[in-house]
Amino acid sequence: MARRTSPAVRVVADVVGIAVLLTCLFPVYWMVSRSFLPRNEIRSPDPVWLPFGGNLDNYGRVFAGHAFADALVSSLSVTLLTVVAALFFAFLAAVAVSRFRFRGRRTFILALLLIQMIPAEGLFISQYKMLEGMSLLNSVLGLTLVYVASVLPFTVWTLRGFVEGVPRELEEAAMMDGCSRFQAFFRVTLPLLAPGLVATGVFGFIQAWNEFTLALVVMTDPGKQTLPVWLVGFAESRTRGVDWGAIMAASTLITIPVIVFFLLIQRRMVSGLTAGAVKG
Amino acid sequence: MSGRPRARRTPLPYGLVLPAAALLLLALGYPLGRQVVLSLQDFGLAQQFGQPPDWVGLDNYTQLVSDPYTWQVVLRTVVFCFVNAGLTFGIGLGIALLMTRMHGIVRVATQVGLLVAWAMPVVAALTVWQFLFDTEYGVVNWLLTRAGGDFDHHSWLLHPLSFYAVATLVVVWMSVPFVVFTLYAGLTQVPEDVLEAAEIDGAGAWQRFVHVVLPAVRPVLLVVGLLQVIWDLRVFTQIYTLQKAGGVTHDTNLLGTYIYALGIKGGHFGTAAAAAMFMLVLTVALTAPYIRMMLRQEED
Repeated sequence: MARRTSPAVRVVADVVGIAVLLTCLFPVYWMVSRSFLPRNEIRSPDPVWLPFGGNLDNYGRVFAGHAFADALVSSLSVTLLTVVAALFFAFLAAVAVSRFRFRGRRTFILALLLIQMIPAEGLFISQYKMLEGMSLLNSVLGLTLVYVASVLPFTVWTLRGFVEGVPRELEEAAMMDGCSRFQAFFRVTLPLLAPGLVATGVFGFIQAWNEFTLALVVMTDPGKQTLPVWLVGFAESRTRGVDWGAIMAASTLITIPVIVFFLLIQRRMVSGLTAGAVKG
Repeated sequence: MSGRPRARRTPLPYGLVLPAAALLLLALGYPLGRQVVLSLQDFGLAQQFGQPPDWVGLDNYTQLVSDPYTWQVVLRTVVFCFVNAGLTFGIGLGIALLMTRMHGIVRVATQVGLLVAWAMPVVAALTVWQFLFDTEYGVVNWLLTRAGGDFDHHSWLLHPLSFYAVATLVVVWMSVPFVVFTLYAGLTQVPEDVLEAAEIDGAGAWQRFVHVVLPAVRPVLLVVGLLQVIWDLRVFTQIYTLQKAGGVTHDTNLLGTYIYALGIKGGHFGTAAAAAMFMLVLTVALTAPYIRMMLRQEED
């Protein structure tokens, strides 16, 4: 709808655009640049706007001791397990929902939509009690269980769209050529679903990697904390010494994988999150 | 749905749906039921150490309802939610509209910036903003002092109002990108010929916006608005982290952190469960119109 924009409007739009760009990037720039600065420059009376040089000392302090490594292991285990389990469960369900008509299908789809509305913050007390009863507090398995449940609805919903996007005729053609129904599905349809699996997998990764509330509640043992919980504790314990350099270094480390993955699936996130409203 | 539905009756689809359904029932359905039960029990530290819980009926609820602090927290939660959702939505819509008018290069640059802000993990964003607003070494205090204000060693988190201002800034900063991307995608779908027809018929820019653009993007506006309300109602991480960084917990609690304080910190699981039911009911109340609309769409 952008035709014949008057020059004045265009200038205003461009100025706002640049302001938005700076507002978005400044905190990220500050985080990354401070992560390389020695303490005396971070604490200088006038901020160092354009640092040249710097070193990796802050990163050294992040890696000192086992805490960061432990949290990294926790985060990676929970995240990868969540992605694999969510993709597996969601894939089966998505195939059922998009390739078959069966009683209860509509109820299942509606349930997925409604479940997405449940705020985790309204349920963590009883999830905590449940995991406690199952002796799954401070366990990767326990946290994974609640994570899978929270990303599953979105994953099924999005994969369903992908499965429907693969024409049934392709499968039928393969079956005419002598494939069994399963062979047809696995040899023809599955490869075409790869982009969908990657997109939803990355979505699950980001969710599990960033999640804070449940991780805080479930992983109370300092040795089991995931990275976000560890970072908040790290920032707090450093407050007295105000080691902002190390805190920024740790934040940078946690951010990198997410930014990389995010660039991969940005379009899918937009359409996926609003899918419920636009398309029934 | 395209293609012919399979009419053959086969147990296969049930087998395929079962694992997902079972998992959702276990990890969400069971806790939901358990929470209702828990909210009707006296479940404190003694029960935590093995004593069987007593049924207390609605005592947990009456206790919460008769405590003015609960209502203070609920009110704060709702106000915080609407202020944040409103700001996010307004700013997001404004940027999305202007984005349709920018030079190509500026638009791409803006999108990259928004994407980076969107991708930033919550906790990382929080530590950075904390640093920017730091009492001693924060850039914000430095800038405001330079601009002539008395902000030397000013503590932003100590007073509830400026605490919420910082929290709002972080929440809005992180939430605007999603709104912009979604609304911009919607705006680019507005049919060009209809706009032209309206212009030929003498509709001004404002009239075209109200009568052509707005109706076309209404469904998207609705979802984005409601998602924003849901997300800002349950806000926890930002408040919790800023409380840890120097906020006064009692004066800054929202429902999420209040439930946490009652249950996980205080060991009053019965009361906490009742408070959590408050949040669920609040969510349902605020999203009921949207859910009804969705159900209607799914029926078609």
